[in-house]
Amino acid sequence: MNNNEKSLKKSLGRGLVIALVLIVFAYAFQVTDVDFGTTRDEVRQTSITRVLRALAHPDIFVYETEELDVEIPFYLPCPEGETPSLPEAPSSEPYITASAACGAAGEILTVEGFNFPTYAQGPLNFVTASGVKKQLEKFQADADGYFIYEIETPNRQPVAEAQAIRATVRTNVGSPKWSDNAIATWEKIIETIFIALLATFIGTLIAIPTSFVAARNLMVENTSPLTSIAFSIIGWIIGLWAGLQAANRLVALFEPIQENLLLGLVGLLVSVGLLYAVLRWSIPAEDSEKKSLGLRIISSLGMVIFSISTVVLFGISFRALGAAMIEPLGIFGFLGNFIFQIGEIVVMLTPGLVGIVTGAILGSILSKIGQRISDNRPAAQVRLTNIILASVAGAALFAILGAGVEWFYQLANPIKTLYIPAAVGAILGLILALTTSAKKPMPTGLIFYTITRTILNGTRSVEPLVMAIVAVIWVGIGPFAGSLALALHTVAALAKLYSEQVESISAGPIEAVQATGANQLQTIIYAVVPQIIPPYISFTMYRWDINVRMSTIIGFVGGGGIGFLLSQNINLLDYRAASAQMLAIAVVVATMDYISSVIREKFV
Amino acid sequence: MLEIKNLSKRYEGGPLALDDVSFDIPQGEFLAVIGLSGSGKSTLLRCINRLIEPTAGDIIWDGINVTEASDDELRTVRRKIGMVFQHFNLVSRSTVLTNVLSGRLGYVNPAMSFLNKFPQEDIDNAHKELERVGIAEKAHQRADELSGGQQQRVGIARAMMQNPAIILADEPVASLDPVLAHSIMQHLEKINKEQGVTILCSLHFLDLVHKYADRAIALNDGKLMYDGPPSGIDDAKFKEIYGKDAERVG
Ligand SMILES: Nc1ncnc2c1ncn2[C@@H]1O[C@H](COP(=O)(O)OP(=O)(O)OP(=O)(O)O)[C@@H](O)[C@H]1O
Ligand SMILES: [Mg+2]
Repeated sequence: MNNNEKSLKKSLGRGLVIALVLIVFAYAFQVTDVDFGTTRDEVRQTSITRVLRALAHPDIFVYETEELDVEIPFYLPCPEGETPSLPEAPSSEPYITASAACGAAGEILTVEGFNFPTYAQGPLNFVTASGVKKQLEKFQADADGYFIYEIETPNRQPVAEAQAIRATVRTNVGSPKWSDNAIATWEKIIETIFIALLATFIGTLIAIPTSFVAARNLMVENTSPLTSIAFSIIGWIIGLWAGLQAANRLVALFEPIQENLLLGLVGLLVSVGLLYAVLRWSIPAEDSEKKSLGLRIISSLGMVIFSISTVVLFGISFRALGAAMIEPLGIFGFLGNFIFQIGEIVVMLTPGLVGIVTGAILGSILSKIGQRISDNRPAAQVRLTNIILASVAGAALFAILGAGVEWFYQLANPIKTLYIPAAVGAILGLILALTTSAKKPMPTGLIFYTITRTILNGTRSVEPLVMAIVAVIWVGIGPFAGSLALALHTVAALAKLYSEQVESISAGPIEAVQATGANQLQTIIYAVVPQIIPPYISFTMYRWDINVRMSTIIGFVGGGGIGFLLSQNINLLDYRAASAQMLAIAVVVATMDYISSVIREKFV
Repeated sequence: MLEIKNLSKRYEGGPLALDDVSFDIPQGEFLAVIGLSGSGKSTLLRCINRLIEPTAGDIIWDGINVTEASDDELRTVRRKIGMVFQHFNLVSRSTVLTNVLSGRLGYVNPAMSFLNKFPQEDIDNAHKELERVGIAEKAHQRADELSGGQQQRVGIARAMMQNPAIILADEPVASLDPVLAHSIMQHLEKINKEQGVTILCSLHFLDLVHKYADRAIALNDGKLMYDGPPSGIDDAKFKEIYGKDAERVG
């Protein structure tokens, strides 16, 4: 191929690319309705001007005004006979004159004003005998208190007696006051800040432990043999179920205590004391001497019982305490409400929490037993155990999945949602037990890692506004819905950022702490946490920034905060009010931005 | 007594980093491990407390088979084995004291340690250990504010908090200047002589081996090439360990 041919091809290619780009953009203009012609339209230009001017005059302050009416009589039409004359002009007070004292409707009249306060402004009205006003003009006096306008006399029923042309001067007296809009904006901007605060706080609290599970380097070492996994799954399921049942019963049992606040609080104290005593007794300062199995079981049983009773009593008595405090506290009633809500949350979460705790305890005990079997028994026995347990565990897991499907789709067909899934689970478990060697360690950590990452990625891809819509349906319009939605999104976003930080920390200190015989949680606390504090703080502040921004618009979909007010005012075409809210948002966002950057600098 | 029997390690997809290595260490010995970079020294030391899972072979320590220990047993084994690292591996944002106290993590009540609470006895001991390595006044400074030599002393203090029967030191002086290197080695020597702690120390410089070690083993490509007194490494042996073209320095 010679050079000419090459450059020809090149040029052709280039031309093709340019044509393609042009086509793409032309199509883009087409689909996005680009039409700058509309911007030249007179009507649109006046309306944009009006809006922009309104935005430039945020509705924040109001003044008390004093009105001064200056008027001259005017006959419409001119009476028969003599033409009326204008009254004598005073020399020092404000007065107006007109080019004529009477006229027909639609006549052009020159009105002049003298001696008005400097730059005074107000309406120039035509006032009928019965006091009905029609605005002729808006006047503004000049530096000498003078104005002149041409007006057209209005088209009114002819009346014999004198009507009036009246200039009303409004002067602001006293100091400015916050307008109603400003007060509403203030209340809502506070609400906005607290939505962001709550969402960031709760989101961070949940994101931190989640991020450890979502960090590959921490999870990859967690392996356990199939026997232990199967045992643990069965233990978890039984424990969860038993815990849920027990907690529901207990809450119902203790419910009457609400009537007697004192009894509840005493019960709570006793329960905490007993829990502490069991903890002290079961965990010696140095775990050099091992307790017998019986003692260990008794002590864990005691721990379970007393933690459940503590949680239940805590929720119930705090709820009662808070409710009792709201009235007597007066304006500090919100503190009582806070305690009440905390109690409410605990009561609401109790069955789930207790279920998880008992599930975890039973799961870990059974998993230890499984580990021991796998470690100490001959391979054939282990394999047999695996075959049985893996099938049972698989069947149970898939039956639970089936129950989930049933809940969503309401098939009301146990064959499809119970028997088939259970059978499939059992077969999968069986296959797993048969195809892996009996004692081979399974990557449990990686499985958890993958599941957590998948859930996080899924949650993160849902926009907070969409979440807010769902939350509004769930808990109703208001700031609570917004906080829930933002908190959820915060968990997903932060856990991912955090876990990436965990993955990039230096492995040396972890190795060193592990080498001292520390367990996994100790390793995290002593070797991982100190390394991730600066990036965690930095990311949390970054998220706080985002949440403040988000909380300002989450109100558009009913999530509370200032967005609610803003969208309302925009829909009412009250741009001066909307302007105040936009201003508030700008101030808050800028301030938070500044504060977060200061904090970030301090810690990093 | 620590017995290493037919220990092998193959990293995923790599060649054998340790190839059928066997040797014993009687309690109280100062044993040096030498060999070229990449010969498997670090791998060997990390296999002993199972920071790395060996592929095959046994590690018997005081009658316990470490390679088969469960997680709980492994932790009780690990807490009697101190470890000192080339790059110190301190938690740089924590205080010196916290770093030293973390040597007690295998012993203390886990629930209390989560709250960063240690028994007073441990805190006193930590100060004593810091005094022994000569940096008592640095206790409340952040670890990364210390010089390399000082950081390695913290590393030694941390290992000593474990009340160890054995210390694994992986090139403890490789990132220090010669003067500091000697002072760190002297600390290890003192621990070895005064408290009877077994020291298993990988080293790059033969003069250090000659000066401090009772015995030396040499690795080349994961294979054990030499096991005997440091003085037994003559020129022929040296070439076998370090390769034909190696020059003796020091
Ligand atoms: N994590 C790892 N994954 C894969 N291969 C590794 C890993 N760590 C070490 N190796 C390989 O194993 C062999 C032995 O490495 P090792 O770190 O034990 O050598 P070393 O004697 O300590 O070297 P140095 O003196 O440089 O520290 C080397 O070939 C190395 O590349
Ligand atoms: Mg090394």
